[in-house]
This record gives sequence, structure tokens and C-alpha cells, in this order.
Amino acid sequence: MQDDVILNVLNLKKYFNTTEGVVRAVDGVSFNVEYGETLALVGESGSGKTTTGHVIMGFYPPDDGKIIYKGIYDLSSPMKKRTLELKRDIQIVFQDPGTSLNPKRMVKDIITLPLLVHRTIEKKRIYEKVAELLEYVGLSEEFMFKYPHELGGGEKQLVAIARALAPQPSFIILDESTSALDVSSQAKVLNTLVKIQKELRLTYLLITHDLGVVRNISQRVMIMYLGKIYEEAPTEEFFKSPMHPYTQMLLSSIPTLSEDDEKIKPKEIESVGEIPSAVKPPTGCRFHTRCPFAKPVCSQQDPPDIIANSGHIVRCWLYE
Amino acid sequence: MQKTSVQELKFIELERKIKRENWRRMWFRFKKSKLSILGLSMILVLLFMAVFADYVAPYPSHAGLHIAFKNAYKPPSLEYILGTDMYGRDVFSRIIFGFRYAFMMIGLVLSLVAPTGVILGLLAGYYRGTVIEAIIVRLSDIFISLPPLVLALSIASILEPNIFNAMMAVSLMWWPWYVKLTYSMTVSLRNEPFILAAESQGASTLHILFKELLPIQLGTILTKVTLDAGWIILIGAAISFVGLGAQPPTPELGTMVSEYSKYLPEYWWMSLGPAAGIILIILAFNLLGDGVRDVFAGE
Repeated sequence: MQDDVILNVLNLKKYFNTTEGVVRAVDGVSFNVEYGETLALVGESGSGKTTTGHVIMGFYPPDDGKIIYKGIYDLSSPMKKRTLELKRDIQIVFQDPGTSLNPKRMVKDIITLPLLVHRTIEKKRIYEKVAELLEYVGLSEEFMFKYPHELGGGEKQLVAIARALAPQPSFIILDESTSALDVSSQAKVLNTLVKIQKELRLTYLLITHDLGVVRNISQRVMIMYLGKIYEEAPTEEFFKSPMHPYTQMLLSSIPTLSEDDEKIKPKEIESVGEIPSAVKPPTGCRFHTRCPFAKPVCSQQDPPDIIANSGHIVRCWLYE
Repeated sequence: MQKTSVQELKFIELERKIKRENWRRMWFRFKKSKLSILGLSMILVLLFMAVFADYVAPYPSHAGLHIAFKNAYKPPSLEYILGTDMYGRDVFSRIIFGFRYAFMMIGLVLSLVAPTGVILGLLAGYYRGTVIEAIIVRLSDIFISLPPLVLALSIASILEPNIFNAMMAVSLMWWPWYVKLTYSMTVSLRNEPFILAAESQGASTLHILFKELLPIQLGTILTKVTLDAGWIILIGAAISFVGLGAQPPTPELGTMVSEYSKYLPEYWWMSLGPAAGIILIILAFNLLGDGVRDVFAGE
């Protein structure tokens, strides 16, 4: 394995048993995350992107596949079996800060927990450290003694970020961390995330459906559809020359403001239909039911990996 | 040894101030309702009378066995404000001692059932889907299905019928309700992101149970505790009334109602007093319970 890879996911599978059948939430996903980058995992709701993140966190064990962290740690073990060191090094920022902060705990207590668990700081300096962390994410020290219900959505998310930073992690999963926020707080949270990433040399796995966010902060993008990854490319190339019809469809559905944006938008494809059920995913390429260019082979066989450019991989029969 | 810095001390002082402020706010929400203030004051007065019964009661010696036939069957008067009973004992004095038993019953039962039930409920909810959950939930189902009077009857027939054994019987059927309450709340909170966040950061199970899950449920639990206080009096009185609880001459309110009911309707004042005492204490706890609920609902 290369030295610059922090997280290596190999053929990851996660199925859920429901009354309607087996939901194949994540069905054979492989990717690498490199040190210091922001890798965006993009998909509609139901595509399995959040499940992927949660499996990496250990909220549930994978059904198959390997997750190797920093070349030596095996992350296919559930959270409870992980060492304290791993729990320190990998953090998550959840989608809705309204539910990711305990309503009955003061901001100070919320941020103190990881500091105490991991003995990041001696007890006599706890308050100072909390103030420092709050200031670092752009909140004043008065926030220390507030309860979550006294904060706005953006402020809550900044507290959640401060909590994730407290144990000095090297890898943070951003699980739709800005999608529950209004646009003005989104900008503040995103700027903070970019700033701390630069200063602390953090690695982000950005799970989102918001392509605007992807464009602003990520270096590489992966498109997930019904539990599989169909395209992977550096951000710039992804937006300039999207290859997979699904990617083109997603990009064509972004509302644009400027003419420049309008120019690079894929024209020949229009967004149709909804994501099918993951209980009975379509055979072959899972997108063929919505794909305007579908060929007979698409519904029969999984598309092959096609390397279009360095770092640009697409899984589609059109490019065979 | 590094000294605590000035900055740090400033923060600690600030936290104290804000916590005091938060308490003041809770008190403000509580006192917004005149009825909860009334309930609280009633309980404080009754509690004071119960604790200092020996000094408050006009005839403290009348509490237990005391016979003065020349004073028997006297209707309420200035001398005996609630009249006297068949042995010439002052009913009012006996009721004051009855409050002492009432608070003892509440204290005993609640201190047994609330912590037990809450801890078991938290564990069952947290360990959902494991043997721990199955054992705790099944066990509470068994005890919940036993009617308290039947249980008291069997306990009284095995041991001797007295107030302590009656309270043990009440406690045995009462703790599962606290299990049910905390269990259902814990199950619904168990997979909330803030619990996952704490777990993923390495928080201990003890921390999750008592610092994350319990504080959210505290309001509901305390409301139930206050409302239950009234119910315990009622059940205790009922058990004593049928003769399985406190035995005469113990001045327990239910025992007194039972003892004096034989003298109805001519000597109505005898049973009216203790019955009114029971109603008073239950009413007080119900009013207080509403206030407690308001305090936590307002947050």
C-alpha cells in the first residue's frame, strides 16, 4: 500500500435485514483516502453514502470487505472493540447538530468529554482549553456555559466541530455536516472547516448531496448510486468533464447563477425518475433504469472500471 | 505541581454564577403557578408537623395506647378540635402522628423503588437486544402483574402484618413502573446521534447511562416520583384499611379510618379527620407534581 493513503476501503458491503427484504445499502465499495485531502462521497438519499461513513466509524460492522486505517489498523471491528487511540484519531461531525448535541449538557461539558476521556489536557486547564477550542472554531468563550437550545444551527454545528477537534484527530468524517444549516451558516461552517483542515493537516471524508459544497472544499469526488461507486475524479475534472450519465444528470440539475456556470453544465441529459429501492436493485448497472443512453448490456452485466485519465475512473458501458 | 490559573478560576466562578441563574429560572417557572406553590407549602407544613409531632400535637401521648374513658366520644370542640375517639384519645393529635407514618411510607417506598427501577430501566434500554434486557423486562412484567393487595395479603400471611411488611409489598410491585418508564425513554434515546457521538469518542458506559441518558429523563422521573407519593399514601392506607398494614394502636391514617368507621355515622368526626388527612396529603403531592412537570416542560 502507498504511504500517502490514510484510509483504504476494499470491497465494503453492508446489508440490512428488513421486513421487506435485504437492503443492500453498501454493495462492494472500494476507495482510498489520502493524507490531508478532502474526499467527497456524493449521492442521493438512499445511495448508501451515510452508511459507508457509519461503517467506517464502527456504528455497525461491515458484512464483507476490509477497512484499513493508516496501513495497520483494522476498522472492520465494531466501535466498542476499538482501542481508545482509534476512537481519538477518527472523529465524526453529524448532519443535524440539533440531535448530535445532548440537550441537557452545557457546551463546556460536551467539549470536555473527549478531553477527559483521552487525557488530552490536565484537569486544571479544562476551561481554558474549552475556551481555546471554541475560539478556534470562531465562537466566543461565553458559549461555554450555554445549552444547545440557546444556540443557532450554525453555532451548534461549530460546537460539534470543536468537540470533534478536542481529541486532536487526524481523520474526520463530515456526515452531511452542512446540509441541515441555512445558507449563511453553511458558509461560516465551511470556511471554518477549510481553515482548520489547513492548519491541523486534517483529512476529511465529506459525505454530502450538495455539489456546491463539494466544489468548494473537496479535492476529489466519488459518485455513489444504490450502494456502488460509479465515478471517481479530481474535483475540477469532475465538474468540467463528467463522464457517467448519472453524474451528468446530477450536474445538469444544479441551478446556476452565472453564464459561465451555465456553459459547462451538461445539456443533453435531464434528470428523470427516482432512485429505485435498494431491496431489489436493478441488475447490471444500477442506473440503467434511469439512463437515457442505456444499452442492452447495461441491464445484464456490471460495468467495468474504465480509467479515463489519471485519477478519473468511470464505471459505464458507454466508454467500453 | 502547576497552580490553577487566574483565567481558569474566573471560568469556574462564572460557571457557578450561571448555574445559580439556571436554578433561579427553574424556581421562576415553578412559582408561576399558584397551585404548585400551594402544594409545596402544604407539604412543607405537613412535613413540619410530622417531624415535630411530639411538640405540635396537643396531646402527644394519645398517639398510641391511651385510655381515658371519661373523655370518649366527644364531638369537635375547642379542647379537642377534631373530637375524641372511643378510648378518649384526641383524633387531631393522632392524625399529626399519622402524617409521620405517611411520610415514612413515602420515603421508604420511593427510596427503594425509584433508584432500583431507574437503574434497571437504563440498563435494559441501553443493552437492548441482549440477555440483560430480556431478564429485566420479563422480571418487571412478572411483578407488575401481581395486584398489590394480593401481594400484601401473601406477605402478611407469611410474615406478620405490619406497616413495614406492607411497604415491602408495595415496593415489590412498584419498581417495575420505573423500569418501564426509563426503559422506553432509553430505547428511544439510545441511537440518537449524541449518544453515538459520546460512544465514538470513547465515553464509558457509566458516563452514557448517568451523564447522557439520565439527565434527559430526570424531569419525567421526578414528576412521576411526586405524583407517586400520593398514590403510595393511598395504597398504604388501603392495605391498612383491610387490616394487612399497620395495626392498632398505630396512628396510621388508613388504620384509623378502618378502626373508626365502625362508629359511623353517629361519631362521624372520628373517621372524617383521618380521611381528610389522607385527601390533604394526596392533594398536596398532586399539586406539587404539576409544578415539577411545569419546571421541566418549560426547558
